[in-house]
Amino acid sequence: MIGIVGYGAYLPRYRIKVDEIARQWGYDPDSVKKGLVLHEKTVPGLDEDTITISVEASKKALRRAQIDPKEIGAVYVGSESHPYAVKPTATIVIDALDIGPNVHVASYEFACKAGTEAMYNAYALVKADEMKYAMGIGADTSQGAPGDALEFAASAGGAAFIMGKEKVVAEILYTNSYTSDTPDFWRREGEYYPRHGGRFTGEPAYFKHILGAGMALLEKSKMKPEDFKYAVFHMPNGKFPQTAGRKLGFTKEQLEAGWIAPWMGNTYSGSSPMGLTAILDVAEPGELIFMVSFGSGAGSDGFIFRVTEEITNVRDRAEKLRTMLDNNKKYLTYGEYAKYRRKIIINE
Amino acid sequence: MIPSRYVREIPQRYRLEGGKCLKCGHINFPSRLICPECKSKEFEKTVLQDEGKLLTYTIIRVAAEKFSQETPFAVGIVELNDGVRVTCQIADAEEGDIQIGQRIKLVFRKIQEDGKAGILCYGYKGVIVG
Ligand SMILES: [Zn+2]
Repeated sequence: MIGIVGYGAYLPRYRIKVDEIARQWGYDPDSVKKGLVLHEKTVPGLDEDTITISVEASKKALRRAQIDPKEIGAVYVGSESHPYAVKPTATIVIDALDIGPNVHVASYEFACKAGTEAMYNAYALVKADEMKYAMGIGADTSQGAPGDALEFAASAGGAAFIMGKEKVVAEILYTNSYTSDTPDFWRREGEYYPRHGGRFTGEPAYFKHILGAGMALLEKSKMKPEDFKYAVFHMPNGKFPQTAGRKLGFTKEQLEAGWIAPWMGNTYSGSSPMGLTAILDVAEPGELIFMVSFGSGAGSDGFIFRVTEEITNVRDRAEKLRTMLDNNKKYLTYGEYAKYRRKIIINE
Repeated sequence: MIPSRYVREIPQRYRLEGGKCLKCGHINFPSRLICPECKSKEFEKTVLQDEGKLLTYTIIRVAAEKFSQETPFAVGIVELNDGVRVTCQIADAEEGDIQIGQRIKLVFRKIQEDGKAGILCYGYKGVIVG
């Protein structure tokens, strides 16, 4: 059996409400909230970035897995906000967690699906018997340009998954990836904020790839939507995953546990992986989970997990996602948010 | 910070590694060459507990240039569960949030940046256990 042996998520305590951003730029708060199905989003502190988020999420994954960190043979971090342009994020993560130095690391980038790429390759290496354990992390502290629609959702958080063969909490039964050249969202080298194709990001990008990967996964597994207890899709806002789920034949109830975007925003590479941790926090042995990520550019990674008896032993060893999301919040004004996100030009 | 010094300090800054004196049991953090208690030179690696309580703190209102964007912020002395005391910034907290005696957990945060182009320096900070 191969799958997740430890998982963990992290999100910062700072939040900004959609109303506050809407007021700043003269949008009608209610129509934005209704249109995006979004109330608030997480904001990283000045001392938080993709590296610190990855470390904190990984600490929880290690606490749940209770393994010797030295047995982890690979650490991959997927993000579109790696703090260094040249120097892999995982070089710092492994030294913070006492993994290595006999370890393979890499940074992945694929807009919002870099996290599931890291998970996929960690899983593949364990399956290939190259190593006993491998860790895949998705984390981001993403930014939308001020006043852009992306600014309402772009948030901060991450999740880490240790893949292994012993004491598996969620077995990976099937995977499928779906990729095409679709320029719906991009950032050229040297540009600070990303650009996007407006409405083009919906049907031909997000929905085409999620549905493509999702349908292929159902076909491959010979399973039907009603076989699953839970489903989670990439959450660029609260609305898109609901629509994608409905189109694939999933109900609102199946999405509920992993549907965290309305109060968290879009954590990019951390989005569907964090939704998966929220599901693992409540899932029961034997239940099936359907997951499809999406990254602009564009592509989707799909996974089918089966939860095992082991879940009841590990999930209480670390803080659960909903506990972090619902408690200890600190709300920021737009001015404070602009300072925290370094949107204000200051003298050096 | 120069990269060579940064790398030397990684064991204590990233992983809270100290040296436990093999003769008298005193924990030195960061580890030393000679035990200040018994002058012994033999130690074993020990990892400090990452939780403790706040013994005292001060609020920094005028900071060095590098930290000027973060003011006001708190710097405290935390007594960890194994008795070792560390000085660190208390993150995610405003003046009104902090009280002596509070439970503190050490977390991994960015400590400073070497300007716009230099290295990023990471280490531990305390947060109030909610
Ligand atoms: Zn001694």
